[in-house]
Amino acid sequence: MPKNTDIQKILVIGSGPIIIGQAAEFDYSGTQACQALREEGYTVILANSNPATIMTDQTVADKVYMEPLTVEFLTKIIRKEQPDALLPTLGGQTGLNLAVSLDKTGILDQYNVKLLGTSLEAIEKAEDREKFRELMGVLGEPVPESRIVNTVEDAVDFVKKIGFPLIVRPAYTLGGTGGGMCYDEGDLREITRNGLALSPVNQCLIERNIAGFKEIEYEVMRDKNDQAIVVCNMENFDPVGIHTGDSIVVAPSQTLSDREYQLLRNASLKIIRALEIEGGCNVQLALDPNSFNYYVIEVNPRVSRSSALASKATGYPIAKMAAKIAVGLTLDEIINPITGTTFALFEPALDYVVTKIPRFPFDKFVTGDRKLGTQMKATGEIMSIGRNFEESLLKGIRSMDIGTEELDLPGLTFATDEDLKYRLKKADDERIFVIAEAFRRGITLEEIFSLTKIDPFFLKKMEDLVLFEDVICSNPYSKEVLQEAKEKGFSDNHIARLWELSVDELYQFRMKENINTVYKMVDTCAAEFDSQTPYFYSTYEEENESIPSGNRKVLVLGSGPIRIGQGVEFDYATVHSVLAIKEMGYEAIIMNNNPETVSTDFSISDKLYFEPLTLEDVMNVINLEKPEGVIVQFGGQTAINLAEGLSRRGVTILGTDLEAIDAAEDRDKFEVLLDKLQLLRPQGKAVKHMDHAIEVAESIGYPVLVRPSYVIGGSRMEIVYNRDELQAYLTKTGHITDRHPILIDKYITGIEVEVDAISDGETIIVPGIMEHIERSGVHSGDSIAVYPPQRLSETVKEKCFEATVRIARALQVKGLVNIQFIICDEDVYVLEVNPRASRTIPFLSKITGVTMANLATRCILGENLKDLGFSSGILPESNLVSVKIPVFSFEKLRSVDTILGPEMKSTGEAIGYDKTMEKALYKGLLAAGISVPSEGAVLITVSDKDKLEMLEVATRFHQLGFQLYATAGTSSFLRGANIPVTEVGKVGAKDPNVLSIIEQGKVQFVVNTITSGKQPRSDGFMIRRVSVERGIPCLTNLDTANAILNVIDSTTFSANPIQTKEAVLL
Amino acid sequence: MLKRKLVLEDGTIFIGKGFGSDKEISGEVVFNTGMTGYQEIISDPSYCGQIVTLTYPLIGNYGINRDDFETVAPFINGLIVKEYSEYPSNFRSDESIDSFLKAHDIPGLSGIDTRKLTKVIRKAGTMRGYIADTEIPEEVLLKRLANTPVPHNQVKQISTTKPYIVPGRGHRIVLVDFGMKHGILRELTKRNCHVTVVPYNYPADSILRLKPDGIMLTNGPGDPVNVPEAIEMIQKVVPTIPIFGICLGHQLLALACGAQTEKMKFGHRGGNHPVKDLENGKTFLTSQNHGFAVNRASLENTDLVLTQIALNDNSVEGIKHRIYPAFSVQYHPESSPGPEDSNYLFDEFLSLIDNHVAKGEEEVYA
Repeated sequence: MPKNTDIQKILVIGSGPIIIGQAAEFDYSGTQACQALREEGYTVILANSNPATIMTDQTVADKVYMEPLTVEFLTKIIRKEQPDALLPTLGGQTGLNLAVSLDKTGILDQYNVKLLGTSLEAIEKAEDREKFRELMGVLGEPVPESRIVNTVEDAVDFVKKIGFPLIVRPAYTLGGTGGGMCYDEGDLREITRNGLALSPVNQCLIERNIAGFKEIEYEVMRDKNDQAIVVCNMENFDPVGIHTGDSIVVAPSQTLSDREYQLLRNASLKIIRALEIEGGCNVQLALDPNSFNYYVIEVNPRVSRSSALASKATGYPIAKMAAKIAVGLTLDEIINPITGTTFALFEPALDYVVTKIPRFPFDKFVTGDRKLGTQMKATGEIMSIGRNFEESLLKGIRSMDIGTEELDLPGLTFATDEDLKYRLKKADDERIFVIAEAFRRGITLEEIFSLTKIDPFFLKKMEDLVLFEDVICSNPYSKEVLQEAKEKGFSDNHIARLWELSVDELYQFRMKENINTVYKMVDTCAAEFDSQTPYFYSTYEEENESIPSGNRKVLVLGSGPIRIGQGVEFDYATVHSVLAIKEMGYEAIIMNNNPETVSTDFSISDKLYFEPLTLEDVMNVINLEKPEGVIVQFGGQTAINLAEGLSRRGVTILGTDLEAIDAAEDRDKFEVLLDKLQLLRPQGKAVKHMDHAIEVAESIGYPVLVRPSYVIGGSRMEIVYNRDELQAYLTKTGHITDRHPILIDKYITGIEVEVDAISDGETIIVPGIMEHIERSGVHSGDSIAVYPPQRLSETVKEKCFEATVRIARALQVKGLVNIQFIICDEDVYVLEVNPRASRTIPFLSKITGVTMANLATRCILGENLKDLGFSSGILPESNLVSVKIPVFSFEKLRSVDTILGPEMKSTGEAIGYDKTMEKALYKGLLAAGISVPSEGAVLITVSDKDKLEMLEVATRFHQLGFQLYATAGTSSFLRGANIPVTEVGKVGAKDPNVLSIIEQGKVQFVVNTITSGKQPRSDGFMIRRVSVERGIPCLTNLDTANAILNVIDSTTFSANPIQTKEAVLL
Repeated sequence: MLKRKLVLEDGTIFIGKGFGSDKEISGEVVFNTGMTGYQEIISDPSYCGQIVTLTYPLIGNYGINRDDFETVAPFINGLIVKEYSEYPSNFRSDESIDSFLKAHDIPGLSGIDTRKLTKVIRKAGTMRGYIADTEIPEEVLLKRLANTPVPHNQVKQISTTKPYIVPGRGHRIVLVDFGMKHGILRELTKRNCHVTVVPYNYPADSILRLKPDGIMLTNGPGDPVNVPEAIEMIQKVVPTIPIFGICLGHQLLALACGAQTEKMKFGHRGGNHPVKDLENGKTFLTSQNHGFAVNRASLENTDLVLTQIALNDNSVEGIKHRIYPAFSVQYHPESSPGPEDSNYLFDEFLSLIDNHVAKGEEEVYA
């Protein structure tokens, strides 16, 4: 069936900023879809407010609108562009919800915009709980007993009939936000109330708990000819009860017989046909482990995180196919791009085992609630491929980049058996390690099964892995055991530890014994057809299918799983580097393990190795491919951290020298460098022994900024104001070693400025300087960044540029360098130098039009900027103002403090750009999901050191007509300044108190800077949490508050009396 | 477990570990790409005499149960897997695949690079192989392999020797057993048919004497030209009784109507084969297991119409008779294992019978 020729211009909605539950997978699917539509000759208009993505690159769509994803702005885009059709199924829940809202306003009808892919009726049938249940009833597909409620009392009433345990699922929320499991009425009341508040339609589903059932997912596709297929089925390692995004997932299913497989396949196909979806759909099912009984849990009528995973797991590009289907092509006429000879209408056959492991943010949020349930908490995930489950799992563990390559975490040795058993029953993010530790302690498989309900198939495999550690241990230098260990996926590091060797010694032994990896192709068909796909994974077997070419080639290391501090921005840079390498005529090889990203789309590079990013795994690829060198600049800290080991093994690191990287990251060398270059820096020192810390801090003078060296996103960085706080910090941080000292710097209050530069060692280009709205002390990733800077003098800009040039030349930077400055009294202090791609590269590239990663790659590969027509300098500033607004996922992470500080907390970013700073900010805030009401009330509670500054903020709110609320201390301070204020009680005081007015929605803003140390349950913390849970903007920084006030000021009219002037008599 | 090896006709050797029986065995080495359904595959009589390689690497995860057999005892000569599970997990599991194969004296070979083996077969075409202990030299095994006769009588070997009845109140179906999968019988009894299962060489007049409403020709192993008795029988019954053929039954119907069959390079075996119905234009997924196919060009001068083709290689997947109520498919609408998308064909067969009866009545009373 030919494609639809009635339409020419298609509007695609992206998913916006990255938050938990909606991450890079939509960059991958969105990019694929846009490319697929353009391949078919359509004009693609893209709306997405996320500047960090490949999707919003000028090259991906014909026109890119990085505008807020709201009805208001999409309406403007529709009016302006007049598209023929809208494709909403590739932008996650955001895209679907917007399509529904746009339809309600009538704009789609008015402009005759056809909805592609999934009809609104289908969206509603799948998303609205009641309609979904009705449909399942019609189809005869079982769903767990449940009731839709709109009030807490309804929920309690229902429980009286069916009893606990239950699950609460709010309607139309992302990643199950606000849902949860309830075991008693207290839980039920709290979770339901919260869920109702978060649901845009104030609706929750209260459902029979089927925890312990197997959780199985089917990725299905259908075309307009009613031809439907299953691309992949997946089995959750964790049974029902843990959000699939937080579960370890394997593909294909391992414990289902063909009858079970077909039973669920039939149900899934029946559902996609009933919904008449033209595209992809995800069906989640629960299967009783002791019978053929099953329930349909959920249907996502769009591409999803699971479909991205299924695409990478099978090689079958779901989003691309979904886009083609949406414009009328049918599966039987689309060529399977993997084989190139067969058709898209078939079901991939795998001959390997895929494991997905979620990556959690609890290395950042140590106080966060780590228990896993129906609300997703993971920020990212890794995927690994092996020829057996053990190999797949262990490769997955070392892909996580969490400091262990084994089924073991250091802390677990100290846990009591009781602790372990509790943690087996109540799963948390470390569950896989807890299970291994339980086996190590001799807790039986039966007991672990009864506590976890994880299928014994998986548990047995884990037990075998733990037992095999003993086999390795007792057979040092046994070739046979080493061979078997490698086949089971044990890493060199792990075996070296068990054999008490250094990893290099083990590596030498392994090389001597000729135990090497081979690479197998992911070909969708289990080798039944000849395929040319350059998509490989390693295993220890006979035949190697990855035949190295004789071309000149370069290996690029990716950045691994998305985590706080290392997000999709790095994938953006990686992809551009790969494209540049190809442009330059080299063969571009990429290694990465993140299934959500564009870089792991096999069509991007010349060769993709889907592998862990460890020294061992990278060396294996290098030994086979023998590239001219490796580029580590674009893969964030993950790739940079590999540079030293690679260089030790004689691998060429392309671009900036390893010594230069070290000079920038090693505090002592860095100090020497800045002194030599006569650049200012906050006074500071690297401390290698605990005892020296206090001494150093006091010689510098408090407040000081403390942090460990070599970290991602300011991990464990704090500002301490006195000796006690420092002491507390040191105790918490633990080990300080020569290799990993602690850094103590003077904390200077000033404007923070960030520069990204491209350098060939001689010519240095600065596409733009960015200024942060929040003063120093807030992590750069959590600050609002503004381009061009609004508060910097030309002299200061020149000084920043001059410093950048000196540093880049001194370090002989070849590629990118990111420098952070603090500006204090026109003085420029160098805070940090990162000789690599930073998270601002995509933002800056897009707003300045300079494809920075491309130019940087050219420098890395030896081209010279002068020859490319550039000379050193700052590019002329744009006449548009652009802001980058951080986006947080606090509503997903209970017990996490939202206060901003030196440690990064945001998961994503949104962009706003317009003619003025205020307009840009307004759009940016909106895009980040922060509404800016122009009237109402504000609650102000600040710490004593902020009181004076707060006065300005309070005055401005007052002048703009806002009503002020404050607690005793702040209100008396305000009254003293003649500002009217309503005093409210503290936390726990009788109504009205600070919490109740937030809960009752009486305030539109909260300004709160009370830190009170790091106690998890302080008043300040409670206020911030309650604001987050009620969706009320809580500003924890007075600079942010002032910026928002500017926005309100510029968008509203305040009531002012006529200025009385004294008459002047002549 | 004992180290064992597989030697292929072309001298390729794979060394792995034995499981199941430890006897020596030869057979045609084929591969199946299904990710589930190993129990149905190893008990599918169409694999009679073959050594089956499963491309999915983990086999035996859910054990062997009492329900999912396609025949009472398996007829495969050997099984090759990457890894078999010694600790199956599923509520229906009765035993491990290892103990099952031991009980039936079928050797298994595990721990070899099954993907490499698959590619060897894909490139060179189906080959015969020999599984034995590693100590025995390759030349000896190749000689033994060469001396093992190529079987031509698999159908005779496994077909029922006597007719039997599976009673029902519905349509009366004669099921000609060339190596029947239980799935076919199950689909008929599910539809309340009265089924008489007869041997592969049951003569036409004996079948007609049973006064069947319809005749089903089942799947079975080997080359269809090795079953001339059946071809002769079909030629006699085609004009009068509605016929539905599956797999070998489909090839026999084609031969009986004057078309030709041919051996394929490495066949179709798996549960993900797309088939396009030329009548309604729709493509769906099928379960397949065949090493022979009907030659497409040979349909030209016959009364057969091509109704369905394999999407990927355009080979013949379905035919029907231009004049008489007979049709057949190369794939397995009874699935087990595999997708059940084409299960409706059994209903179509019963409607064909009903229409035929109605038409007959019209003719009588016209």
